[in-house]
Amino acid sequence: MTRYVIGRILQAIAVLWAAYTVAFAVLYLLPSNPVELQLAAAGVDPSSLPPGQLHAEEAKFGLDQPLIVQYFDHLGGFLHGNLGTSITQDIPVSQVIGSRIGSTLLLSLCAGVVALIAGTTLAYLATYVGVKPLRLFLSRLPAFGASLPQFLTGLFLIQFLSFKLDWLPASGQQGWQSLVMPAIVIALVTGSVLAQVLMRSFEEVMRQPYIITARAKGLSRGAVQLKHGLRNAALPAMTILGVIAGLTVTSSVVVETEFTRQGVGSLTQQAVATQDIPVVLAIVMLAATIFVVINLIVDLLYPVLDPRISHYAKTA
Amino acid sequence: MTATLEPSRAGPGAAGPIVEISGLDVGYMRHRKVRPAVLGLNLSVAAGEVVAIVGESGSGKTTIANAIIGLLPENGRITAGSALVDGVETVGAKEKVLRTLRGSVVGLVPQDPMVGLNPTQRISSQIAEALRLRGLHGDEIHQQVLAELEHAGVPEPELRARQYPHELSGGLRQRVLIAIALAGRPKVIVADEPTSALDVTVQKRILDHLVGLVRETGISLIIITHDLAVAADRADRVVVMQTGRVVEEGDPRTILVAPREQYTKKLIAAAPGLAHGGQLAPRYVVDRGSLPAPILTLQGVTKTFRVTSPTGGHHDFQALSEVSLNVPRGQTHALVGESGSGKTTALRIALGLEHPTAGSVVLEDTEISGLSWGKQRPLRRQVQLVHQNPFASLDPKYTIKQSIIEPLVSFKIGDRKARTARAKELLDQVALPTAYLDRLPTELSGGQRQRVAIARALALKPNLLLLDEPVSALDVSVQAQILDLLTELQRELGLTFLFVSHDLAVVSQISHTVSVMSNGRIVEEGPVAEVFKNPQSAYTRELIDAIPRGTRALTADPESRTQDAEPTAHNSGWTPAG
Amino acid sequence: MTVDISGASDESAVLSALPPLPPPDEVTASRHIESGRYGNLRAGLAQLARKPIFIIALLYVLFVIVSAIFPSWFSTGQPYATFPTDVMQPPSLHHLFGTDEIGRDLWTRVLYGSALTIKATITAVAIGLVAGLSFGVVSGFYGGWVDALIMRIVDTLLAIPALLFALAIITSVGYGTIPVALAVGLGIIPGFARTTRAEVLRVKTQPFVEAARASGASWMRVLVRHILPNSWGPVAVLAVLDAGVVIIAIASLSFLGFGAPPPASEWGTLISDGRDYLVTSWWLSLLPGLFVAVLVLSLNHISKTLQELER
Repeated sequence: MTRYVIGRILQAIAVLWAAYTVAFAVLYLLPSNPVELQLAAAGVDPSSLPPGQLHAEEAKFGLDQPLIVQYFDHLGGFLHGNLGTSITQDIPVSQVIGSRIGSTLLLSLCAGVVALIAGTTLAYLATYVGVKPLRLFLSRLPAFGASLPQFLTGLFLIQFLSFKLDWLPASGQQGWQSLVMPAIVIALVTGSVLAQVLMRSFEEVMRQPYIITARAKGLSRGAVQLKHGLRNAALPAMTILGVIAGLTVTSSVVVETEFTRQGVGSLTQQAVATQDIPVVLAIVMLAATIFVVINLIVDLLYPVLDPRISHYAKTA
Repeated sequence: MTATLEPSRAGPGAAGPIVEISGLDVGYMRHRKVRPAVLGLNLSVAAGEVVAIVGESGSGKTTIANAIIGLLPENGRITAGSALVDGVETVGAKEKVLRTLRGSVVGLVPQDPMVGLNPTQRISSQIAEALRLRGLHGDEIHQQVLAELEHAGVPEPELRARQYPHELSGGLRQRVLIAIALAGRPKVIVADEPTSALDVTVQKRILDHLVGLVRETGISLIIITHDLAVAADRADRVVVMQTGRVVEEGDPRTILVAPREQYTKKLIAAAPGLAHGGQLAPRYVVDRGSLPAPILTLQGVTKTFRVTSPTGGHHDFQALSEVSLNVPRGQTHALVGESGSGKTTALRIALGLEHPTAGSVVLEDTEISGLSWGKQRPLRRQVQLVHQNPFASLDPKYTIKQSIIEPLVSFKIGDRKARTARAKELLDQVALPTAYLDRLPTELSGGQRQRVAIARALALKPNLLLLDEPVSALDVSVQAQILDLLTELQRELGLTFLFVSHDLAVVSQISHTVSVMSNGRIVEEGPVAEVFKNPQSAYTRELIDAIPRGTRALTADPESRTQDAEPTAHNSGWTPAG
Repeated sequence: MTVDISGASDESAVLSALPPLPPPDEVTASRHIESGRYGNLRAGLAQLARKPIFIIALLYVLFVIVSAIFPSWFSTGQPYATFPTDVMQPPSLHHLFGTDEIGRDLWTRVLYGSALTIKATITAVAIGLVAGLSFGVVSGFYGGWVDALIMRIVDTLLAIPALLFALAIITSVGYGTIPVALAVGLGIIPGFARTTRAEVLRVKTQPFVEAARASGASWMRVLVRHILPNSWGPVAVLAVLDAGVVIIAIASLSFLGFGAPPPASEWGTLISDGRDYLVTSWWLSLLPGLFVAVLVLSLNHISKTLQELER
């Protein structure tokens, strides 16, 4: 079992490192002139400076080093918690992100809770509700919800709940009211994905012969669904947590921009617009780390929850 | 669980039948129409009686089991008739009423033990669930769980109770399912194909145990099976069904000795264990000393597999140890063993699909055990394989013609015209109409697909055919046809067969010589007639004894068989719930 | 019965990675089965023809594609022509989607703006499909260390969300149809790779593959003639589904301000521009938005119908 744990952790590290390399390559190798690009982002006009001062500016941002050195410098920095320095604002990236991550975390958490509750409830009802037309309708909803573009749903909500009905604020992050619409927009997609996976999972479980064994004992439908259905269906659905985390991250970029919230998502939009490469690099790595860590946790947790897997682990 | 409603039922100890079905029609909804599965069923089961419902696939027998306790799948419909269980009408009954019957009046032992238990729950909680429904609480549950396991014949009940289903063998899982069914203290148990998924020796033990339990406690038992011999051996009454209707009914002796209906006669003739009045009469009798030279020889073959678990560890698994056998030319040699005996591995090594860890494989005077696939290729034309599963051995996207001529295409034999002609010729040989050439496998039945597989195997005009359980997935009547076909092909074309099977009765119909395998070793070998008459090893004797042959029905004294069972209090405190 | 969906890069890949449910009845199919080589195909087409919603969805998608290539067929106007007297008109017969703040006809702008997105979408799906398919086939077919290596590459692609990847590329090289298509295409590779791999593994272990080997077929023949034809189904379903995902991604990029520069009228840009006038002129944002949404919904429906047909 320890072999498995160590193996998975090593894999996670390898993937993170590879992701870093890819991101670095895209941001530092791809541009035709990365140095000029970054200087321009810093507000420095390379053509207007004498060579000596130019060199000083480059050194200030660490751009005079060969790329491979910069690669390891940044990598080393990440490992120590130093995320680099924002080129446009000349303050540490960790500070920039730090000041905004609270807002994003709050939003993500709310969206996550809503998605979990709504998605699970919908999937449960769509499987077990007695009335057939209703069940059919409910089972079609997630596919619908997952395909609506988030920028559109956000606008619709703003149009109706903010402008027409004046119930909720259209922007900003004051008070819990400002969380409602953004959270719904994100949860619409993540909840739908969760619901779809759960529904398939439920369907597959309810076809299993052991469900008949359980009912033949005399258990009520509800008891069978809960005790035998839910547990067995929820397990495979766990593996989707990583995907949902990824979706939440990407959603926050669009949603925070749309609702004018000061979070890491809107920060991303601004950083890209101003071509602030260190910030973009840090954000990409942050997203990758979240994804990899969540998947790692799920992978390590799975054998604990599914006795079939842990059995092999014990005999290994 | 105590019934909150008082269903209208006869009082305890009444002499009426436990199950009384009249004029029952059951069907399944498909494309908005009801396709009937059971038609006009009349069946009555008295207290303490053992009734067997026998039928091939599509006879509707499984549907009955599910229907009487209201556990039909969503598209199932009971369209007519009545089913009284302990006096309570179950047709059209509300869920609440049905629940009072499930578990406490009718216990179900489901079909496939490998998937009948919740994989993420321990054995003890699954049995405890049934006990709680009976009304037990708290501390006494644990004790009772162990008692039920013991009662069902599970050794080391304390260990097993803590385990999960995947840690138990198929036979043990079946016993757990029996324990669960009995835990509710029902008046009648419905056992749906209770042993079809198991080895024949395990089958015998479990069935013996189950029947013993019900005789002891006076519970009624309905056995649903496709195996007429199993039915005849254990039941007080046999009901034969075909395509949803009851064809014949009677006590086992009458059914086997003096069947009235054509279909029953067909079933008996097709079952190798029954066809000759319960005697296993091998088709061929050969002399050990005068066998033809072998076309294939395995000598000292050993095979070790390295098994890796999903979590990274691995261990070695010895599939074969020092296996030696000869396949005489022009005859059929059988390789018999239960699951896990290694017979399929031996077959794959003989074919060259696997390499032995040690030992030699000589085919037509050529050593193939070390040869790479490329070098083996010319020999491919001599040896062909017929696979067990007719539903998966044909590419679903290939027409029959494409499947049959594929070997010719692989070896670049003949042009298109020649291949089409050969395909027609082959279809003729396996007695299929040439119109089938353009059909897809989904349009053919299991038996027809197996014929196609045989035709494909013959395409290259091989000398040796390896057959891996070629008839075990087929209905009994179809089995006999395929075996006859193979016998005839052997005669006409001078083929040699290596026939792998777990079923000794089938083997006796087609083989000249046999090797018996157990746990990766050959425990006995020789001419079939000799081995059957004088088995040398204990294992072979056990295998032969386990074959259901209706012996009980055919030889025993009629009086000793039926028992007018009354619910008697057993010293283990056992009574059906009243 | 564990379902491995960890490799899905997005919700669409998740659904395609789930194994298809078997039909509930063991009774062999009673519907009329078409015979012959293309029997399956004919039967499938016949079934599709009977589904009205599917037909509508298909027609809409075709319409969008055709109008992207030949926008003048569907609109008489000019995308850059302004009608100063018709500023901010709500939708009417004369201006199907209304006009914007400088009097341009929105319907025309939407149609002309399709071209870039459709081109990028097709490129991205092609990249994802070809690369993902190849990865998946090689991975599933060879197994061993090749499989492990490819799966780690796929994992890496998975770790960086497609949108962020595209944003990173835009940071580096600015907006361009090719870079964006490339970025999003790379992002959807994992879904294709995993789905293909799962299918190849499933078919590889089927007895008919072994039967073909035993009758002398080479591995290449088995791969091309048996494995691929039986594996491509779920991949096709995923391709249609991912087309919708890609469209949303590309539209999101232009919504965030990273689309083609004005006066190009990409859908996302139109929607974003209209945000300022949401209160007074809702049609500026919402109608193009609906246009996109219905397109994605249609693609989803087509994909789902194909998936059900597969079973």
